[in-house]
Amino acid sequence: MTRLNARIPEGSVANKWTNYKSACKLVNPNNKRKLDIIVVGTGLAGASAAASLGELGYKVKVFCYQDTPRRAHSIAAQGGINAAKNYPNDGDSVYRLFYDTIKGGDYRAREANVYRLAEVSNQIIDLCVAQGVPFAREYGGLLANRSFGGAQVSRTFYARGQTGQQLLLGAYSALSRQIALGNVTMFNRRDVLDTVLVDGKARGIITRNLVTGEIERHAAHAVVLASGGYGNVFFLSTNAMGSNVTPIWSAYKKGAMFANPSFTQIHPTCIPVHGDAQSKLTLMSESLRNDGRIWVPAKKSDVEKLRNQTIKPSDIPEADRDYYLERRYPAFGNLVPRDVASRAAKERCDAGFGVGRTGMAVFLDFADAIKRKGHDTIDKLYGNLFQMYEQIVADNPYETPMMIYPAVHYTMGGLWVDYDLMTTVPGLFALGECNFSDHGANRLGASALMQGLADGYFILPYTIGNYLAAEIHTPRFNPDATEFNFAAQAVTARLKQMKGSSGKESVDTFHRRLGKIMWEYCGMARNNDGLTNALSMIAELRHDYAKGVCIPGGLDEYNPELEKACRVADFIELGELMVRDAQQRKESCGGHFREEFQTNEGEALRNDDDFAFVAAWEYQGAETAAALYREALQFDEIKLSQRCYK
Amino acid sequence: MNFTLKIWRQKNAVAKGEMVTYAVSEISPDSSFFEMLDALNQQLITSGGDPVAFDHDCREGICGTCSLYINGRPHGPLKGVTTCQLHMRSFKDGDTIHIEPWRAKAFPIIRDLIVDRSALDKIIQAGGYVSVHTGGVPDANTIPVPHEKAESAMDAAACIGCGACVAACSNAAAMLFVGAKVSHLALLPQGKVEAAKRVQKMVACMDELGFGNCSNTYACEAECPKGISVVNIARMNRQFLAANLLSEREKVVNISL
Amino acid sequence: MNLLLSSFSSLTNKVLMALAGLFLVTFLGVHLGINLLLLNNDGGRAFTAAASFMGTNSIIKVFEIVLFAGFLLHIILGMMVSGQNKAARPSTYVVSNHSATAPFSKYMFHTGIIVFLFLLLHFFDFYFIKIGLVAPPDGIASHDFYSRTLLLFSTPWYSLLYIVCFVALGIHLNHAIQSAFQTLGLNHSKYMDAVKVIGSVYSLLITVGFSIVPLFILFYRH
Repeated sequence: MTRLNARIPEGSVANKWTNYKSACKLVNPNNKRKLDIIVVGTGLAGASAAASLGELGYKVKVFCYQDTPRRAHSIAAQGGINAAKNYPNDGDSVYRLFYDTIKGGDYRAREANVYRLAEVSNQIIDLCVAQGVPFAREYGGLLANRSFGGAQVSRTFYARGQTGQQLLLGAYSALSRQIALGNVTMFNRRDVLDTVLVDGKARGIITRNLVTGEIERHAAHAVVLASGGYGNVFFLSTNAMGSNVTPIWSAYKKGAMFANPSFTQIHPTCIPVHGDAQSKLTLMSESLRNDGRIWVPAKKSDVEKLRNQTIKPSDIPEADRDYYLERRYPAFGNLVPRDVASRAAKERCDAGFGVGRTGMAVFLDFADAIKRKGHDTIDKLYGNLFQMYEQIVADNPYETPMMIYPAVHYTMGGLWVDYDLMTTVPGLFALGECNFSDHGANRLGASALMQGLADGYFILPYTIGNYLAAEIHTPRFNPDATEFNFAAQAVTARLKQMKGSSGKESVDTFHRRLGKIMWEYCGMARNNDGLTNALSMIAELRHDYAKGVCIPGGLDEYNPELEKACRVADFIELGELMVRDAQQRKESCGGHFREEFQTNEGEALRNDDDFAFVAAWEYQGAETAAALYREALQFDEIKLSQRCYK
Repeated sequence: MNFTLKIWRQKNAVAKGEMVTYAVSEISPDSSFFEMLDALNQQLITSGGDPVAFDHDCREGICGTCSLYINGRPHGPLKGVTTCQLHMRSFKDGDTIHIEPWRAKAFPIIRDLIVDRSALDKIIQAGGYVSVHTGGVPDANTIPVPHEKAESAMDAAACIGCGACVAACSNAAAMLFVGAKVSHLALLPQGKVEAAKRVQKMVACMDELGFGNCSNTYACEAECPKGISVVNIARMNRQFLAANLLSEREKVVNISL
Repeated sequence: MNLLLSSFSSLTNKVLMALAGLFLVTFLGVHLGINLLLLNNDGGRAFTAAASFMGTNSIIKVFEIVLFAGFLLHIILGMMVSGQNKAARPSTYVVSNHSATAPFSKYMFHTGIIVFLFLLLHFFDFYFIKIGLVAPPDGIASHDFYSRTLLLFSTPWYSLLYIVCFVALGIHLNHAIQSAFQTLGLNHSKYMDAVKVIGSVYSLLITVGFSIVPLFILFYRH
């Protein structure tokens, strides 16, 4: 237990960050120039951190696997970004945003971190506006807000359905400015394959140049990981194809603890899987649930007829439809939080009421809304989403109900970090989705963008100074030092070994297999038997993978199959840890639903007495199970209660 | 569905490339274009061949990574979609599909269908930003922006930086890309302060990188997956003219402390 | 001059081309006005008067230099920019581009070359004779543009060539006029449609107007 010290500052929750900022150590500008920082990832967290650190005068190196920093997957976030501005005068405050986030996360997040997040949220909006982010405006020229799931106030700022894109381009432009000024050096098309420790501190990384295949070493005084989430462990997810766990997994293997790996968010409104060739899932904005009604047929005979296409959805009379969310949650209806909506859809489909070719879909019906508000209004509100849906599915949602199904969307788990966002490895920081800190067991809509930018713009620039203040006498590191040689050789050896496999099957084949195991046993609903089963299946898969994977092409050239092979190897190991974590947590909370722990009505049943902790896992070697450490969560400000949406 | 594919294969930047013919079969019409190429690669890997390299990432039309020139059109036959959002039902069974990389001096080929578009980053680095620091900015609502201006700025800011405009242009010009960024920032009060310098620096950088000039064919607008209008190019021209005609001679100020 | 122009920015080049082009467009209007005097059944009196006014007035003389400069600038820039544009795509597509484009906008260089060749021919036929570089045909005085015109247009192949060139010019202008507005940054959501229509009508008038003269002479006068 002593290994985990969150180093939360003294004082009341509202004063902690102020106290911290007043007391933390600073680095003089002359010394900043002598300090190098590596940032991995250029999404909202990485780009904002790199830009801010560059502005401060540190020498920054940034890495991304994409061809340009502007393509990081933050770009795909649609809905918006929360802030406690209270512009609409509807009773919002920093405290309320803090409260909603803790409650939304089902009381599995750290109070001090979440309060700080709510506190800096307003500064984010100010900065983004100054950068030229074209947020939606009222006719008077002031900023517009909209409401989002899990909150009773309108606190979400947005730029059409492309808020993530616009915020990322804002951070990208700030980053570009620092690159032009020479404070930041950009390394694109690089996979970060290992973290290098010198005397127990993070001092660098090993990368593979994806174009030339060269294994490169980079040294710095501190390493910042902002490499995003690992939802692709499920193969099918709303993540980008390249999103991966490798940078944080390499850090985990070097001693950084991994917290709550099994906490996964399944988003309820995605376009259903069309078949085996499917490579990725597309999210439809949650805002659709504001007007759409979710239903499945109430009679199995109708399900059959729909599948045989003898009837159309509109042929089913009202009485024979089961609006199951409205039935089960009359108070919130179709607007229950993401985890609840997803589970309810799964329950209906598992019971055999699912629609679509695969039976793995439910209807999202706009017929009522069109009747009530008119075609034009609906078109204005959701026109672009309807178009997107029609493009993918070739069905017109104005005429026939949309079909949706839940899909993996976000991972709340990640590297364990303290209040300084530093992992258990000194000098190794983790920001954004790749850390575990702010969302507990379930993330609220429009909070991911807030966290990424808060970490990068407003938190890390202070906390990293606190660490680096003691490093000003440390000279620049030589990337040819023994530790770097050793790490680079290990990476090369691993690549050679993988390439040397004489298998016949593609990386994707194994990735799909892993995805099926994870989705089936460690997805929306988990139970002890299934998880035990999954452990042995993953072990078998790991064995098969080492023997049976086929990687064409060479090591020293552009080789996308080799890139995937490294990522999938890490996903397989991560999958095992996720299963162990899910098995260990004998309660249901947020996105983690253990079938053994539910109320009589099928709702998640938390166990605060035994499980109000963060599960942090420590790597013990390839053949030994990871060790579990617990960080007890203390709730001084907020009283724990059962989430109820009935 | 079955297709004959003619794909540009090129080992690396210096190697000579050529079109190579492949056949794929039993493709679902619901498959996306990339899922069809995945199937081809699967086939190539298991038969000991060399899979085709292409750029792709989000596969939902927003990251701008995908960049295929399909049957003579960037992003293929549909208007307003990226390659990743193109589905095989947009083709006829038995079609022959030609797939090439973007071609421009400023976009050298890395391998097969992958090109290096870092030139677009360089243009942004030349001035595509508002010079503000983190912290020390006014409250967001102290800068009112008229609704219409914010909307027009958003129209321009929707650019995903895919480079289809360059690929479509008979002159491989980046005018729509640069025009969109210049417009986005010039339309907002926050960006006006630096507008004159910005357009000059970005245009100079664009010229240096070897992009072509504009002959107003508007192919860029026709192929832009985000429907960005050439009005933005006109706005850039206007900004550029004004910047050059109305700006004062630069004064050199020596600051010594 | 080439060195100077190539040191300009791409946009400066385009603006200069557009300004020179618009100047030439107005000149075409004046030229057409004078040419249409040929339709006057007065034995060429009005036409000759106008032509000699254009040839002797000192203000016009100054403008003549400006006009030549305009032509030169437009042509040199056109060549230069086309060269740069070609260089911007050293390896071409295997399947040529199918993107939707503004009508004939891809053929500005081609139509421009046709117009340029016509201009050379036109200089040999008239201007070089006037300034004494080329000897006039037998029986026609070096300043007698009227007789020279009648002689040329009485040859059907020449008239046909002339009309073809003006069709090319019309195509060139149809895109050029609205394109010049776009280049000068005068693309405005309220007025651009009108600019496009006026541009097309004007280019049609130029083609039709200039083509009437040889047809008139060929069929009516002969």
